[in-house]
Amino acid sequence: MTDIIIAGIGQTSVGELWDLSLRELAFKAIETAIIDSGRLRPQALFVGNMLSQNLSQQAHLGTLLVDFAGLRFDDDQLSTGIEAATIEAGGASGGAALRQGYLAVKSGLVDVVLVVGVEKFTDCIGSGVEAALATTSDGDFESIHGLTPTAQAALLMRRYLHEFDVPPDGLAGFILTAHSNGACNPNAMFQKAIKLETYRKAEMVSEPLNVFDIAPNADGAAALILTRSDLLPPDFPHPRVRISGSAAACDGLALHDRRDPLWFEAAQLSAWKAIKQAGITLAQISLFEYHDSTSIHAALSLEAVGFAKRGMGWKLAQNGDTALNGKIPCATFGGLKARGNPGGATGVYQAVEAVTQLRYQAGANQVRGARYALIQSLGGPASTSFTHILERME
Amino acid sequence: MEIPRHWRLKGQRYGLVGEICPHCEAKIFPPRDICPACGQDSKTAYTFSGKGEVYSYTTIYEPPAGYEENAPYTVALVKLTEGPLVTAQLTDVGDQPIQIGMPVEMVTRKLRQDGDERGMLVYGYKFRPVLQTQAA
Repeated sequence: MTDIIIAGIGQTSVGELWDLSLRELAFKAIETAIIDSGRLRPQALFVGNMLSQNLSQQAHLGTLLVDFAGLRFDDDQLSTGIEAATIEAGGASGGAALRQGYLAVKSGLVDVVLVVGVEKFTDCIGSGVEAALATTSDGDFESIHGLTPTAQAALLMRRYLHEFDVPPDGLAGFILTAHSNGACNPNAMFQKAIKLETYRKAEMVSEPLNVFDIAPNADGAAALILTRSDLLPPDFPHPRVRISGSAAACDGLALHDRRDPLWFEAAQLSAWKAIKQAGITLAQISLFEYHDSTSIHAALSLEAVGFAKRGMGWKLAQNGDTALNGKIPCATFGGLKARGNPGGATGVYQAVEAVTQLRYQAGANQVRGARYALIQSLGGPASTSFTHILERME
Repeated sequence: MEIPRHWRLKGQRYGLVGEICPHCEAKIFPPRDICPACGQDSKTAYTFSGKGEVYSYTTIYEPPAGYEENAPYTVALVKLTEGPLVTAQLTDVGDQPIQIGMPVEMVTRKLRQDGDERGMLVYGYKFRPVLQTQAA
């Protein structure tokens, strides 16, 4: 069997990066990833992006980034013939781009793939951003009613608290874990731990969802170089990390079209498929990078993947089981909540962070002895789910 | 302006017209032509009663573009008596507290306005608490 290796990683800091354009952001991550890989030359580029057409009036990112990043020509100024396209799957665009890259290399048709996730949020503010985000839900039957993804998470959270008798501050553990881990991540948007009291006093955005329950929309870019193990140079400088599971699944796009809105079926299906492909059990997973675009997303993801029983996901965070030294460390660099949520780049950040863990280069955030990382990229309320299992090869 | 887009949905927006599956009798809203319950063809129109109860709700203070004039407004998932969940705004609530399980009924209201005072008005369903006289 051919191993697909994540040979290079790159990321920018996440935040309000007004001095960098979309293409400049992407280039910074691309350049870092290529150098990190020992300068492997990509033959294909897959771009994970969610909203550039709405927020930057820019489509056609594949060719734009190939051109801007100098990938059209090789060192002798000969055309490389690289191909490129954007992959869009709402908030899961990054995970979707990674899977397309994996499929391309795994198929044998492409030797080296570059995956870049990029999102430029902060050129716009306010109602325009909310309207852009709302385009990722069902236009005719959800967003026409003025529903936003944030409000939709509030609907889920209220029902969750009601159905499972969870206290109003029951989800606080996710926020405390995320901010604690973000504190040691130099690329995170928020690098400060917070106290339970701060969460309790926080301003409501859409009840019961407060300002801390929501991951901040932010600018950022992350990149990966994928190749086959037999194509790695003999002096490849890093511990090898392979993709041992890659799977995706869809649910109804609209939350109201689910058999059970409180069950993330696509997250479950994609996780189980990926775990099966990797040939491991859930107990072997060393860390879980979940898609905590809101705290209720984190709770429902833990339940869907199987780390907690239904209605009990919140307790894992409350008990400290999701901490770096806990039973199943989550959001080890701060997650979407503290690192920030750069839309279509988020799923690629998860991979960059997981590779950093599996190379044992995570510094203060290192999960000891990490061997398998499960990363999951969700679009909407798990309308779409892409799950990957990354493995440190011995 | 997207006029045809909204015009095509007039049955749903003004009348909650969905479908009933001729094979398993599942009631379907919004209509989709393939029954989500049994996977067979389902193109028989069915008009919902408009009665239901609140499954969950929240209030939006930071609306998307086009909805500013209504803010803050309350959106809900409403469990229709016939089965399906729908996303819609709650309206005519007044001072009464909203609760999960509260009975509501469909009414037609303005959903949004495109552009300035000359812009198109989009009407559609919202839900209000069942009136006391009717509830008795």
